[in-house]
Amino acid sequence: MDAIATYALRLGDDSLIISQRLGEWCGHAPALEVDLSLANVALDHVGQATHFLNLAGEIEGKGRDGDALAFHRDVMDFTNCLLVEQPNGDFAQTIARQFLFSHYQELLFTALAASRDSRFAAIAAKAVKETAYHAVLASDWVVRLGDGTDESNARMVAGLDWMWRFADELFVMDEIDAAAVAAGVGVDKAALRTAWDARIDAVLADATLARPAARRPVLGGRAGRHSEHLGHLLSHMQFLQRAYPDATW
Amino acid sequence: MVSAVTAITQTDRIRAILSRVPDPEIPAVSVLDLGIVRDIAPGSVTITPTYTGCPATLVIEQSIRQALDANGFAEVAISTTLSPPWSTDWISDEGREKLRAYGIAPPPKGASASMLKNQELAECPQCGSSNTEEISRFGSTPCKALWRCKACMEPFDRFKCH
Repeated sequence: MDAIATYALRLGDDSLIISQRLGEWCGHAPALEVDLSLANVALDHVGQATHFLNLAGEIEGKGRDGDALAFHRDVMDFTNCLLVEQPNGDFAQTIARQFLFSHYQELLFTALAASRDSRFAAIAAKAVKETAYHAVLASDWVVRLGDGTDESNARMVAGLDWMWRFADELFVMDEIDAAAVAAGVGVDKAALRTAWDARIDAVLADATLARPAARRPVLGGRAGRHSEHLGHLLSHMQFLQRAYPDATW
Repeated sequence: MVSAVTAITQTDRIRAILSRVPDPEIPAVSVLDLGIVRDIAPGSVTITPTYTGCPATLVIEQSIRQALDANGFAEVAISTTLSPPWSTDWISDEGREKLRAYGIAPPPKGASASMLKNQELAECPQCGSSNTEEISRFGSTPCKALWRCKACMEPFDRFKCH
């Protein structure tokens, strides 16, 4: 795959993997309304993934579509960031992951909507409205749990503390990003960091939470170096296509 | 001249057919009412998804295909476009009235840019009261939020401003 196809692949993989994680909550969330909201957010992410993975396949030009890319690749070929593959943990940990990711994705899509490549711009402009909703939903829960009971506060602190180490990777620029930016297609992610920090800090202040202590960032997802968790996730997500390749119904 | 007249007639006929194709999730409104149909031209219909992950998108396309085929427009192509993105402002006035009659509070018009915080209170589709509150930002479908009327105590869906 060339740089632009890989760029689309990464966007699609982020959305696909977090949607699969959110889908794991279906029928298990703490309340019916929460169950519905997590499933709806998952659905939005599936939609983003479908568009970006189809686009990656189209640019690659080897006849692979979004389904082929989602279901016929193994763990080391996935290019998602490590944040999205982290296990759900408890509800607070899931919210922490969504909170960090959705604010990033909203800023990213806002910028990507101005891409010179109309295909990227169209998907981003469409998805950013949904992503804004996700960011507000997650932020509301961060405040509610953080500024809630001792128990909910402790869980929110622990959830954020776990996810925090994966936040830096969101803003890392490598040669693929540089090529996409140079072509006028992609976004300078490093430049989003200040705005992201300001958003996160404002919500944390509302939630009476301290910013988690800086940790050594964990990187590698974009290059296919994943945690063991992703393989297990794929074994569920890809089960049917692994057992019955190219099954249709 | 003749071909121009034929073209106008054809788009009018297609429009009439599409006005009878219901949305699969909210059958009270048609795909035209919802603003899903972006363009009707001789030989082609362009549609747009409401939400990127809306599971009804494929069914909508199939329903439109079926309706066109059944009415002698098998040669009319259907294409999908994302840009400019669909917004609730594209729901027609007639569509809004149908939503309300169906029990779904329609989204306020022209508010899609400032949709999130300070959202104005929904009007209860049952009793018309504005003494309402949001129960859940996400409801039974991606496009709806769950609300409750504090006057008549009935829960109701609100079409999300988008």
